[in-house]
Amino acid sequence: MAAAVTTAGARPRRAGHLSSLSFIGTIPFLGYVGVFLLLPTGIVIWNAVRSPAGQFDPGALKLLGNPAVRSYFTGSIELCAVSSVIGAVLGAILAYAVASGNPSGVIRRLSLAGSGVLAQFGGVTLAFAFNAAIGPSNGFLLHAGWYYNFPWGIGLIYVYFEVPLMVLVFLPAIDGLKIQWREATENLGGSTYQYWRHVGIPLLTPAFIGSTLLLFANALSAYATIQAWENQISYTVPQQIYIAINSEVGLASNEGDILALGMVVLVAIVMTLYVLLQRRAARWLR
Amino acid sequence: MAAVTSVGESVPAARPASPGSMQGSRRRKLNLFRYVVFTLFGLFFLLPLVAMVRFSVEGQKAGSWSLAAWGQIASYPGLLSAIEITLELAVITCLAVLVLLLPTMIWIRLRVQWFSRAFEFLCLLPLTIPAIVLVVGLGPIYNWIEHYNLSALQLFWVYVILALPYAYRALATGLEAMDVKTLSEAARSLGANWLTVMTRVIAPNMKQAILNALLLSAALVLGEFTIAEILNYITLQVALFNISRATSDARVLFSTSAAALLFAFALLVILSYAGRRRSRRRG
Repeated sequence: MAAAVTTAGARPRRAGHLSSLSFIGTIPFLGYVGVFLLLPTGIVIWNAVRSPAGQFDPGALKLLGNPAVRSYFTGSIELCAVSSVIGAVLGAILAYAVASGNPSGVIRRLSLAGSGVLAQFGGVTLAFAFNAAIGPSNGFLLHAGWYYNFPWGIGLIYVYFEVPLMVLVFLPAIDGLKIQWREATENLGGSTYQYWRHVGIPLLTPAFIGSTLLLFANALSAYATIQAWENQISYTVPQQIYIAINSEVGLASNEGDILALGMVVLVAIVMTLYVLLQRRAARWLR
Repeated sequence: MAAVTSVGESVPAARPASPGSMQGSRRRKLNLFRYVVFTLFGLFFLLPLVAMVRFSVEGQKAGSWSLAAWGQIASYPGLLSAIEITLELAVITCLAVLVLLLPTMIWIRLRVQWFSRAFEFLCLLPLTIPAIVLVVGLGPIYNWIEHYNLSALQLFWVYVILALPYAYRALATGLEAMDVKTLSEAARSLGANWLTVMTRVIAPNMKQAILNALLLSAALVLGEFTIAEILNYITLQVALFNISRATSDARVLFSTSAAALLFAFALLVILSYAGRRRSRRRG
């Protein structure tokens, strides 16, 4: 693997023959990433497209058309769409409130640090916290009968870590809105509404959609929270992957690998769109 | 996912609205809007945490108070060992990330510039490969590792990969803030070897970035569940999950979760405070 990269990188070098020697310095890193990131991903892909006998057989992928399998993917997409769109809208409002304050003030520091922590605060603990707050049997605030509804109950829990993530990724875009654009609108007689309608929102739209996609990908890979929320029924792909690799009875011997490959493809599509939109957004901002 | 904006990252220089340049009435309306927003979001973020703490101190009878659940953290079967393993994993992962990443990043910046784009891509790649997918492919590799050593500490191998994007972004911010080339050339011309350049010239100049990278990596390990559970290792999160499945309203669940969260917050405050004081003294 490392060798392939060496030849691919044979572009103009300043240091001549020294450069290929210098490249040796990166080999420990490449070896590590190769063994613990690229190799597992390769194993998943290979296991998904082979027959039990070990021959190449893309026919196994037909499993993705199975109604049960499709329902896990629809479940995942539904949950991620709900939580990422709500999270993005709320996060954008919060980001604007943060951005319109004092740039070196306490509130901004606190919000950024808090967002950094809370965006990572998924996992089983988050489900416990929500169960303590609004659980149907012992909620502290209310006994929410809809707590175990899919996707709304779990969606609300997801919003908890999506909003801070939105603040982190969307704040730079709002910071990029120049005060001069606002002043120009006012000089031309525009109202606040007109400023947002014709200047602000069109400028922020690519960044907003891009950030929403990032939130979507983030929710897609979440597994711990939903598992702690409800582990009896599989609603999403990650839950079903867990079941597939832990039980002998499945739709196919490599069901887990096929589902995993499906997820990789889904995330790859979302992330490609994200990168494209970020490029579009960067044209005006900064 | 790409919550890669590290905690202490500085505020962008260009700012849209300076407070003095707005008309009074609009400013007032904006302030009202801000206070309402902050209050509502503050409630949304705090209430679940408050509820968790509230349950952890509830006594046997409804309405009574008791610290028994906090005492149980030490005595609940298996919990303490899980906490110990998780803390050890956090330390090992932090060190491994730093040793693997920092020298390589400095080296690439100094000597193999043309590789930097591909390197960045590799470092950010784990963001797009969900942990649940990674663990499916890791099965055979961990079978092989377990053949030699069965300790739960072996999880650090893959935790390094999970921490890679966050640590990379934190360290890259630090490296960009200084002139690595000039510093290293100066040190080299004074007779320093590469090891000295890295440990005594460059690393001390990016202490805050290194702290951020360590903090993000540690937070990640403290909260990781997916890989540990599927590979059948009992870390803190897995232990909590198992307790919740056995008895759904065990108080120890809430006290331990609250303790873990408070620990992460405390870590964050200490590190950001340490970093701020140092930079203030300097500038």
